[in-house]
Amino acid sequence: MLAIRLTLNRKKQIYRGNPFKRLIDVLRENFELTGTKEGCGEGECGACTVLLDGEPVNSCLIPICHADGRRVETVESLGSPGALSPLQKSFWKEGGAQCGICTPGMLMTALAWVRRGGSGDPDAIRRYLGGNLCRCTGYQHIVNSVIKALKMKTTKAARL
Amino acid sequence: MPAAGHNFLGTAAHFSTINAVGVVGTSPGRKEGPQKLCGVAKYIDDFVFPGCLWGVTFRSSIAYGLIKKITLDPAFPWEDCVVACAKDIPGNNFVSLIENDQPLLADKKTMHPMEPILLVAHTSRHRAYEALNYIRAEYECKEPVLSLEESLAKKRVIYGRDNVFKKFLIKKGSVKSGFAQADVIVEGEYRVPHQEQAYIENNGMAAYVDKKGVLTVVGSMQCPYYVQKTLKQIFNLPDNRVRVAQAVTGGGFGGKEEYPSILAGHAALLAWKAKRPVKMIYDRREDMAATTKRHPAWIKHKTGLTRAGRLVAQEIDIVMDGGAYATLSSVVLSRGTIHATGPYECPNVRVRSKAVATNTPPNGAFRGFGAPQTLFAVELHWEKIARVLRKDSLELRQLNLLKTGSITATGQTLSESVGAEEALQITAKKSDYLRKKKRYARWNRDNSRDKWHGIGLAVVHHGAGFTGSGEISLASRAAISLTRDGKIQILASSTEIGQGANTVLAQIVSETLGIPFDAVSVKTPDTHKVPDSGPTVASRTCMVVGGLLQCAAGALKSHAAKRLGRFPKNAKDWKTAAVLLCGKKPERRFEAGYKKPKELLWDDPAYRGDAYGVYSYAALAADLEVDKTTYAVRIRKITTAQDIGKAIHPLLAEGQIIGGIAQGIGYALLENSVFKNGVMQNSQLTNYMIPTSVDVAPTDVTIVENPYSRGPFGAKGLGELPMNAPAPAIAAAIYCATGRMITELPILPEKIAKSLEFTQK
Repeated sequence: MLAIRLTLNRKKQIYRGNPFKRLIDVLRENFELTGTKEGCGEGECGACTVLLDGEPVNSCLIPICHADGRRVETVESLGSPGALSPLQKSFWKEGGAQCGICTPGMLMTALAWVRRGGSGDPDAIRRYLGGNLCRCTGYQHIVNSVIKALKMKTTKAARL
Repeated sequence: MPAAGHNFLGTAAHFSTINAVGVVGTSPGRKEGPQKLCGVAKYIDDFVFPGCLWGVTFRSSIAYGLIKKITLDPAFPWEDCVVACAKDIPGNNFVSLIENDQPLLADKKTMHPMEPILLVAHTSRHRAYEALNYIRAEYECKEPVLSLEESLAKKRVIYGRDNVFKKFLIKKGSVKSGFAQADVIVEGEYRVPHQEQAYIENNGMAAYVDKKGVLTVVGSMQCPYYVQKTLKQIFNLPDNRVRVAQAVTGGGFGGKEEYPSILAGHAALLAWKAKRPVKMIYDRREDMAATTKRHPAWIKHKTGLTRAGRLVAQEIDIVMDGGAYATLSSVVLSRGTIHATGPYECPNVRVRSKAVATNTPPNGAFRGFGAPQTLFAVELHWEKIARVLRKDSLELRQLNLLKTGSITATGQTLSESVGAEEALQITAKKSDYLRKKKRYARWNRDNSRDKWHGIGLAVVHHGAGFTGSGEISLASRAAISLTRDGKIQILASSTEIGQGANTVLAQIVSETLGIPFDAVSVKTPDTHKVPDSGPTVASRTCMVVGGLLQCAAGALKSHAAKRLGRFPKNAKDWKTAAVLLCGKKPERRFEAGYKKPKELLWDDPAYRGDAYGVYSYAALAADLEVDKTTYAVRIRKITTAQDIGKAIHPLLAEGQIIGGIAQGIGYALLENSVFKNGVMQNSQLTNYMIPTSVDVAPTDVTIVENPYSRGPFGAKGLGELPMNAPAPAIAAAIYCATGRMITELPILPEKIAKSLEFTQK
């Protein structure tokens, strides 16, 4: 059977199976990484956002064969409950997560913004997060969380 | 189990002053935050059950008719499946709610499209869905009733004798004499549509029978005891044989109040028959098309006022579309009816309302629960009145707002905590409402501009807790457990659905006991482990259940003090007290039960009296622009002040307010459910638009704290209030911008274009 090789959360992994299986299903079922959530199954809500070679993508729209030879990062690559990453900590302190279902995807998009040197301008952050739906927060506390993380990055040069 | 026999709120308050840890009024990180942020919080779809089957639902494709025959096409290998229908139900085939008129599975007849008829379980989710294509249903179709107007016309009767699920009448004074005194009479008609809750986690449940024969259901839900009640009679089983536990829940907003009972029943029936665990997770299309929505409504106002603008008569007629079964329509209608006058005092009021049946999926609970519908009407109506009287609606509102001592339409005298005027004053000032209104009028007169500017106001209220005698019937209980090693745990069936219940309840207990916030844990709601604190609805969790926990914590503290000889001050004291109080048992529970405050009186048949223990109040200003070419509305700024008694956790409170406003913006401008033959046509997030981060504007929130003497630390209900204000304020702002009052939601660009086409050349 065809082997698909990918770097998943900084570890080399091999997937064997249906090459058209959705990336989200491979993550959740084959690698037991259930942090990535499905909200709509058609690329509209962004809950399933992961980073593919550093770019946010909807993992419900990507067949696993697309990830061959590439880097995939999910929420599990960030901190752990006892040791949150600076971005996660910002979301915790600023009220950026409520019910939490959009949170893993939101964090991955926010991470891409922070890494690419995105600005702290609230309007620019709103536009960048426009593909990640949240029904709880009204987004303001999410925007504040990203701004806080950007500040932490500049003050501490921490790995987000 | 010692019961704290105090009035449900109040007597524990003095404990808060001793060893105060000062956590109430601060904003610690939410309790379950780290798990959610790391992706390790387990939502129902994240659970793995060995040997689990996937359950799917075969649904009615017609709106109304008889089910003549169901055939399983032999082309599909049915031996790999478990199939269940109404005949497999061991007990009663209905969902336990107010009228018990909704079957768990349709049998012989179907009342609406998407009604569940048959259930299929398979080891492969994909194959289970495929099996649905091999089920043939033969119907004898009947002419359906598809709209509120058709239902009112009674040409076809599908419920009772007149299609009416419930009627209410509220009377105060005499509208006849009121209109006789009036200098002006202003009439208006308003319409609001369905609204989808659109929680990002779809409904999902898993069911299995454990080794002891206990039917167990785990899933996404707001009300574990509601689910248990339905399961008990579906299976004819006692309490100890049916266990319902909540999984981490990805949003509810009312959408997981009553529907989870149905899905749990389905998963349980399949699991019962298959003798294996069964998981049912809806996809977005099924969730949107089959589950509940906000009731559409049609509201008429006739208002009499003096020349100066004082209200002398309000006559209001309301019709809500309940869908095919009674479900919660009577209580949604009740709340909508009571809130229909707005937060104003008028000597002569008559509100008549009815909820009617249509052959559409039943409408149900959604944040606000009837109030956003009727408050949209009354608030936008002020703009109409303002036009007639040539005054600003701000002035008219100020003249008529409820204040301490006012008497509401149900005859309730508001004795305390009435922050409507303060909220309006703050909002008007911070939004610079009056000056902007003048400035925008000048701006809009200049035809060279490519946008119109507008600002609009709304003032709303929301009654906290169940209506009337509802809290007495609920008889909620909540407990604190002290373990032998000195650990404190909250035991309540109030679910954390994102609103912050875990955190706020822990803050109340921490403050009352004088122990650190981190030392208080919250047990996951589970009908076999926690008492029934009532459903997680009606903005009641913090105020009512928080009050019970404050009381239980007070009882624990006084018992500990008695055994120890003084109030426990530190962890060591608590350990000593724990050993003394628990004896040889692993834990000791202190429970408090709801007791009606004696001054609250409600006459249900007459529908008069104290409808709620207290109301919360909010004012909101929407500042926006309308593009003259595309008619797209862009909200520039929202300013709001909300009187919630006391913000136990200011950051979470602000999150509730901004989140509720975002849903209100969606209701006002975007969310358009398109129905054809009773079926939602746009059951996708692609074509049913909810607000993105770009659609909602920066929001300036002021929390007003007019304490309620019976709320824990003064807190009142908060969850639903913010949903009530945005839509009328936005409609008023669009009127200010374009000169066109659009009285039907959602205000899509097409509607603005249409309203202007007769005047623009």
